[in-house]
Amino acid sequence: MDTFQEVLFKLKKYWSERGAIIQEPYDLEVGAGTMAPETFLRVLGPRPYRVAYVQPSRRPADGRYGENPNRLYKHWQLQVILKPSPADVIDQYLGSLGAIGIDLRKHDIKFEEDNWESPTLGAWGIGWQVMLDGLEITQFTYFQQCGGIDLDLVPAELTYGLERLTAFLQGKDSVYDIEWAPGATYGDVRLADEVQFSVYNFEMADVATLWKLFELHEKECQRLLESWRDYPDKKRFPVLPAYDQVLKCSHLFNLLDSRGAISVTERVAVIGRVRRLALGAAQCWMEQTAAEVVQ
Amino acid sequence: MSLPLLLEIGTEEIPDWMIEPALNHLQSLFQELLEQNRLSANWMRTDATPRRLVLRAEGLAERQADSEELVSGPPKAAAFKDGQPTGAALGFARKMGVEVAALEVQTTARGEYMCYRKKAAGRETLQILADALPELILKIYFPKTMYWTGKGGPRFIRPIRWIVALVGDRVAAFEVAGVRSGDRTYGHRLLGGRELLVNCGNYEQILRDNFVLVSAAERRARIETGLAGLGVKVKPDPALLETLVYITEYPTPILGGFDPEFLKLPEEVLVTVMRHHQKYFSVEDAEGGLAPHFVAVMNTSADPEGLVRRGNERVLRARFNDARFFWNVDQHKPLVDRVADLAHVTFQTKLGSYLDKTKRVVKLAKRLSKLAKMDGVAAERAALLAKCDLTTDMVKELTELQGVVGGLYARAQGEPEEVWRAIYEQYKPESMEDTIPATPAGRLLALADKLDTLQGCFRVGLVPTGSRDPFALRRAAQGVVKILVEGKLGLPLAKLLGKDPALAEFFLDRVKHYFREVRGFAYDEVNAVLAAGWDDLTDVESRLEAIQAVRPTENFEPLAASFKRIKNILRQAGIDTARARPLIDAALLEAGPEAELLSAFERLRSRVKQFRKKREYRTALESIASLRPRVDLFFDKVLVNAPDEKIRRNRLTLLHNLLNESSAIADFSEIVTSTEPRPAGSGPQEEKAQPYE
Repeated sequence: MDTFQEVLFKLKKYWSERGAIIQEPYDLEVGAGTMAPETFLRVLGPRPYRVAYVQPSRRPADGRYGENPNRLYKHWQLQVILKPSPADVIDQYLGSLGAIGIDLRKHDIKFEEDNWESPTLGAWGIGWQVMLDGLEITQFTYFQQCGGIDLDLVPAELTYGLERLTAFLQGKDSVYDIEWAPGATYGDVRLADEVQFSVYNFEMADVATLWKLFELHEKECQRLLESWRDYPDKKRFPVLPAYDQVLKCSHLFNLLDSRGAISVTERVAVIGRVRRLALGAAQCWMEQTAAEVVQ
Repeated sequence: MSLPLLLEIGTEEIPDWMIEPALNHLQSLFQELLEQNRLSANWMRTDATPRRLVLRAEGLAERQADSEELVSGPPKAAAFKDGQPTGAALGFARKMGVEVAALEVQTTARGEYMCYRKKAAGRETLQILADALPELILKIYFPKTMYWTGKGGPRFIRPIRWIVALVGDRVAAFEVAGVRSGDRTYGHRLLGGRELLVNCGNYEQILRDNFVLVSAAERRARIETGLAGLGVKVKPDPALLETLVYITEYPTPILGGFDPEFLKLPEEVLVTVMRHHQKYFSVEDAEGGLAPHFVAVMNTSADPEGLVRRGNERVLRARFNDARFFWNVDQHKPLVDRVADLAHVTFQTKLGSYLDKTKRVVKLAKRLSKLAKMDGVAAERAALLAKCDLTTDMVKELTELQGVVGGLYARAQGEPEEVWRAIYEQYKPESMEDTIPATPAGRLLALADKLDTLQGCFRVGLVPTGSRDPFALRRAAQGVVKILVEGKLGLPLAKLLGKDPALAEFFLDRVKHYFREVRGFAYDEVNAVLAAGWDDLTDVESRLEAIQAVRPTENFEPLAASFKRIKNILRQAGIDTARARPLIDAALLEAGPEAELLSAFERLRSRVKQFRKKREYRTALESIASLRPRVDLFFDKVLVNAPDEKIRRNRLTLLHNLLNESSAIADFSEIVTSTEPRPAGSGPQEEKAQPYE
């Protein structure tokens, strides 16, 4: 029986053997692996790309003080991007399940319609949730649009829920009982994290401070995006730092939301503000990479 | 020689609910294709699994019949000059690609013309299909499509991965989205073989051997047989069965169990988790209660080691644990303490939060109870708490259960039965087949909630158009109509709907739909009754029932025809029948049929009024119908358009009075009598009745 970390190693190895660059997690707070620039920006434009990385994903509103056996404030996703998607992408995906010891001929696997959409990122795709013996283990998406831009090459995005998958493999009813490494459970490693962040996100985060931070990051992002047009050496222009500011705003929005600090009338407007930044960064990235191709 | 056809479009998993409509479209597209190409088949069928759309046909001709077409050219007179072909003749011949000698002369009504008999050998069916099928495949309609080969590439529901296209034993060769058609198919993803060589004859059997049941009927039968063999009583669920038929290629039901301890949770919660989230059938115990079992349908042949069963049991255990956890956590904060939190839940951007909505609905429920002369305390309390379950973890997880969860929580928190039941049933009726809320408070709440949504959406311009109705306003309006009529609530619609003419018109359509389609009244009776007003729908129902009862009697239809005549006469005389009736000058009446009609009418008038007051419409109508001989005689003997202006006016006034008296029940001129033909396409006549009078 594989430990949590062994499952990670095997999946990374599997995808590295299929030409994916193995990245490490992005070092900012994100709500999903999709938001990391390795996905959000790299899926844009005509360049093929293959990458896989584990992304700890923070969803403040999903925190349960460590009391719910299946809900986490922060969970681990394995994000795989295959751009463009190969014709045998589903077979490759099923092969990855084989690589972590699941004999699919003895199990029931179904692909059930589940399209993905992120209004904040101006992104959507068509796909499924992959069900293994009734358990959703992966979200499978063919991206169609990102940052409001139609994609030149259609990537397949595979997002594995690593805690669930490992709980399945280990036959555990609570994610906290998963064996992370020999002698150490998931709870040993992460429980304090879940408790403390639930307390902070739901009870103590200072709303005024969060709003102030949101506005600071938003301004910084706007300032950068506005300077794009007149910036002389386009290749050196800091699109990636501008996108970091988008991620900051997105996370702060999620925090404000979990604090119940966003009123109805504000909500749509705030999503719109983050979205405008995301679309701006995507547009910049497109123009910058197109300029590089010309050179 | 007649040939069979096999077309299999191999795809990645298609959403189950899209498959049957797609097959119907595929078949009609193919039928069109045959007709356009002067071909036909003597047998055709479509089939599908999540991974393939299949069309089969038999009796296709090997090639089209040869065709012959006469193409007309210039007049003969202009085609030759001095026995030599002119430019016109040469040009026409060139256009036809032949020598002038090949042209013929055709005699028409307009004279002699040059023409060319163009013959085309019938093309080979195989070739026709190879040319046409790529376009046909991409034309199949799906509600949401994708591209996958790159921007601007073909769109389909999911990527196409293989195509089998056989006409007889030959491949109709073509390419769609980079996939070349051939004679090889794929079996079950995990149990079946790949690149399996098939022909029109062995296709279904080869797939069956490779764990794919192509026919939905066969999969359905396999599920049903499997269910029957489990030794438990499975709760029938036809909709779930259909879903499972179309998300599997080789379905096999298995029985699983859960800890009976979970049966302490409400059955609604357990069933919703099983059905909506896990696609499991529920199992009943001997008394019809819920048993601690479930049935999952696998997309594989068997589960000899019980791995799949244990996996599903673990998932369900986690889900039930979640539900129990949510239930317990949610109780820490009773519904009444959640009202303020509704400020953070959006109802609709322009219409504010659910707190705003709650406040409006409470007010409206109070107003409705007053109008209905009912006690409104329970309805107001229920309205205050109705949306609070939107802030609970249980409803965030099981959104299908909104309302139901609120009701269950209200019960657990000690709210009176009329309050919790009202909350529980606030979304009823969810369809035209569904029942209305069972209690008075439930009806008031359901009405207030739906009316608020309708008024609000219309106010900010969110009006349904065509098939787009994102806020389900048609269903809401239909629900209002159903509750008012079946709940015997004679509330004045005009007051409920406010002044928006668009909303009134929208409602009128729903009212018509309800009485015609749901209640089965004849469309002309509905039009006739609605034209006489529809402010009180219970009254509309009574009038309709009366008309329906009186219609077969001998006097009714002839009288209706007379009323139609009266209406026409008045219209031609330029009299506005909607205005208040003027007084009849009895002195101007001619003795005989005219005076007799008035006296008969006046004898009747007060009685009819009494009947109407008591809503004894049937008796009222029968009384009116008894006037028929007098009316007939009047038209027979009396000239309405008398030369004397005063007499003429007075006669028109008499008719006008007559018409108004009966029109309070129904506008008889809307009744289609057997002596006149029904209007073409005699469906709903969408003449605009007055919204309400």
